[in-house]
Amino acid sequence: MDAKLLAEVQRLLGPDNVLYKAEDLLLYEYDGSVEIGRPDCVVFPQNTEHVVSIVALANRFQTPLVGRGAGTGLSGGALARTGGILTVFSRMNRILQVDAQNQRAVVQPGVVNSDLSAGVAHLGLHFAPDPSSQKACTIGGNVSENSGGPHTLAYGVTTNHVLGMQVVLPTGELVRIGNSAVDATGYDLTGLFVGSEGTLGLVTEITVKLTRLPEETKTLLAIFDRVEDATETVAELTARGITPAACEMLDGWSLRAIEAYIHAGYPVDSAAVLLIDVDGLREAAAAQAQQVGEVCRAHNAREVRAAKDAKERDLLWKGRKNAFAAVGRLSPCYYVQDGVIPRTKLPATLRRIEEIGKKYGFEIGNIFHAGDGNLHPIVPFDPRDKEQFRRAVAASDEIIEYCVAAGGTITGEHGVGMEKDRLMPLMFSDAELELMKRVRNAFNPAGLLNPEKIFPSKKGCGEIHSRPLKDAPSEVSVA
Amino acid sequence: MNSPAPGAISRLEGIVGSGVLTSDPGRLSAYAIDGIAPCAAVQPTSSEEILEIVKFAASENLAIVVSGARTKIGIGLAPRRYDIALDVTRLNRIVAYDPGDLTLSVEPGVAICHLQRTLNEHGQFLPHGAPFMTRATVGGTIASGVEGPLRQMYGTARDFVLGMEFVTGDGVAAKSGGRVVKNVTGYDLHKLMIGSLGTLGVITKINLRTFPAPKSVRGFAAHFTHAADAVACRDGVVTSALRPMTLDILTPGVAELFAGDAARRMEPNELPGGLLSRDGWTLTTGFSGNDEVLNRCESELRPMVEGAGGTHFCRIGDDKTPSAIAAAFGRIREFVPIALESSAACTIMKIAVLPEHLEHAVAAAKHAADDHSLRWAAVARGVGVIYVVLFADANDEKHMKCVAGATNRIHEDCCARLGGNSTIPWCPSKWKSSLSIWGPERPDLPLMHKVKSVFDPQGILAPGRFVGGI
Repeated sequence: MDAKLLAEVQRLLGPDNVLYKAEDLLLYEYDGSVEIGRPDCVVFPQNTEHVVSIVALANRFQTPLVGRGAGTGLSGGALARTGGILTVFSRMNRILQVDAQNQRAVVQPGVVNSDLSAGVAHLGLHFAPDPSSQKACTIGGNVSENSGGPHTLAYGVTTNHVLGMQVVLPTGELVRIGNSAVDATGYDLTGLFVGSEGTLGLVTEITVKLTRLPEETKTLLAIFDRVEDATETVAELTARGITPAACEMLDGWSLRAIEAYIHAGYPVDSAAVLLIDVDGLREAAAAQAQQVGEVCRAHNAREVRAAKDAKERDLLWKGRKNAFAAVGRLSPCYYVQDGVIPRTKLPATLRRIEEIGKKYGFEIGNIFHAGDGNLHPIVPFDPRDKEQFRRAVAASDEIIEYCVAAGGTITGEHGVGMEKDRLMPLMFSDAELELMKRVRNAFNPAGLLNPEKIFPSKKGCGEIHSRPLKDAPSEVSVA
Repeated sequence: MNSPAPGAISRLEGIVGSGVLTSDPGRLSAYAIDGIAPCAAVQPTSSEEILEIVKFAASENLAIVVSGARTKIGIGLAPRRYDIALDVTRLNRIVAYDPGDLTLSVEPGVAICHLQRTLNEHGQFLPHGAPFMTRATVGGTIASGVEGPLRQMYGTARDFVLGMEFVTGDGVAAKSGGRVVKNVTGYDLHKLMIGSLGTLGVITKINLRTFPAPKSVRGFAAHFTHAADAVACRDGVVTSALRPMTLDILTPGVAELFAGDAARRMEPNELPGGLLSRDGWTLTTGFSGNDEVLNRCESELRPMVEGAGGTHFCRIGDDKTPSAIAAAFGRIREFVPIALESSAACTIMKIAVLPEHLEHAVAAAKHAADDHSLRWAAVARGVGVIYVVLFADANDEKHMKCVAGATNRIHEDCCARLGGNSTIPWCPSKWKSSLSIWGPERPDLPLMHKVKSVFDPQGILAPGRFVGGI
């Protein structure tokens, strides 16, 4: 990289806050996806002033600039696709303010998701979005990706819990958008920035809503001998207006992988389980648990277990939240998709995924947010076998195309990033993508911030299947 | 104001057909905004027609104001230019409804009450307690950014709008989001459309999340001598395990307003006598759930009310007395329309503050009103949103000065001092240029101009109506 730029960065942030040696950069060239993008240097701002000066430098040297939290993302959103400065927020990790009375917190972007919930639990509060990577991922990353999680079924995704933020725009201005009070006057810029995948600004402070912890949570494990029975249970729960706090499905393949690793108490001989939380007032949770149990049994659940205490509940959830780590033990690499379908289409979609697996020669696992219709089909592959990687991508693409044809979408919570940019024409016309680009360019006119993300670099659906195959990743991180 | 180029209206008629366009002054007066009538009104029946109309307007530089049932057309500044009224009430189809998925796709002109009836047939509802319920359209409700008492539990439109289709000011038919409950594909442009008063695009379709209708509800009212006590009770409820659907505090002036003819016209169900305190403050709250849940709510609420110094606690009604529930909660939902109906010279502010500042904000409104000898009333939601009505005796200069003085004070207190937001969504037309309609300028206004320039580079969509004259 430019020696002058490096010297300037080191002078501004101090040498301890800058990495530039090849062996250090290696650690920052990947995230939780199968993508790769090596930065020219990695910087760790300690405060907002640092971020402002980094943006000014990037402008002066016309160098690409990418923000990053913990790097748990699953779409390559926080990778320096075209090199440049990777700005890692892990050292801006202070909870600046907890306001229990108003149920608000102000946090720096590097605060780890579960640290915020843990930090306010004694006040009877929590931060509701709970991605499976919540013990590592940051709230800044959650804001960029508009992250979800199992409990977003009842509580909403990140955007429903963010009221405002302080942002350094790619042009260098430090601005505040939104407000700590609700209904900030004017356009909902907060709603635009959340989920913009780090392409509109670098967030330096976030004002979030905190949610009261429920009086009671009951965790149920419904065990099925047929996948269809589990998916039909979910469709009927939805149709009957029973909205649990979370409704996750794990198929037999995943259960066996998890059980060997976590020992969560999952039935390894079953075809699928639904892991369901119901919460609220004691009386409401009890009534809902009963309703859920009835629907499960009506759809041939072999057994509906209720966690008898918090320890058992935590263990069941530990299995789910570490599911992807467990899969890593079975296969050196896997490709995980994030399609969403209308919930009535769940049974047909799972059947289709199985067929697609057979067609391409994979046993595809399914661990996903069933209540939201947000699928995470997992295609395991051997990264040394380039042909197999190519087939894994083709199988995943076919699943995504099915989701779109079923009235769904290509990503429910992982983001488009650099992984799905080529799939965007499945969802949007050229004119629509052009409009979104104009929005990006209004804030990010020189295109220095997180370049070559979200938008396909080549036009037309014809490109979708001819993705140029890069070297398959040599290792995989786990979100 | 510039008039459109000669012949522009007849060329537009040539494009859309005579059944769609009117230039009859008698009919156009219905579309007037703040005394300004358009040269033509069009009532397209499809999104394709809307696209043609916007493209034509862009090419001829004609200014468009989109409207639905026009119940909230007064919100915002007077338009800088206004050539064409784009009336979308004929786009009134429920395009898709999947009860099993709890999702819905509607055209903007669908009447909210029609939509609610359709959803009710499937045991579902849209949890938007929108004001002007009997007349308002879905599009107008979303585009004007109004909210309602159900937000205590369900949030606002930004929490249940899943996606939209719209036509931008330069004639691009676009969409964002989708019709599934979870989606992060592309920018959430539809969030920008909510509350934008049609200044960014013409909404042609809205995808919504629907919700199971509560099977059983119960409402309660409590009276307090002091505002502080009512707010303390609100704090008690939100920090308890209870999960109220609605939670509102009504000032002493509301009881009289709700007992009047205007209230009866807007919400015909008879309000049970004594429900609202005439000389004190009333807190109302509603819950849903089975009998066990509702009994628990009632038994926990009573000591909370007593502990906060409540002087009276009663059940407003339940499933066996739906008219009492409708009378009370319908009036709270329709507070703004009732106030507007009761007096032509009323000005209504919307304030949003942190909940801890509710009491201060209400006190600020009271002092501002008292110091300017204005009668006032307010409904304060538990989430920190307050609607303050200032009643002037007449729609003339002298009273306008009082209202200007009072509203400026409230802006100052609620925004600068308490860090909240305040606007004046409703006031007599001729006062608009003298009042601070959008409140103090916000630091992110330059970014809003950037957004506007992307969606409507020529500035033909409701020019001048929005924040900062956007």
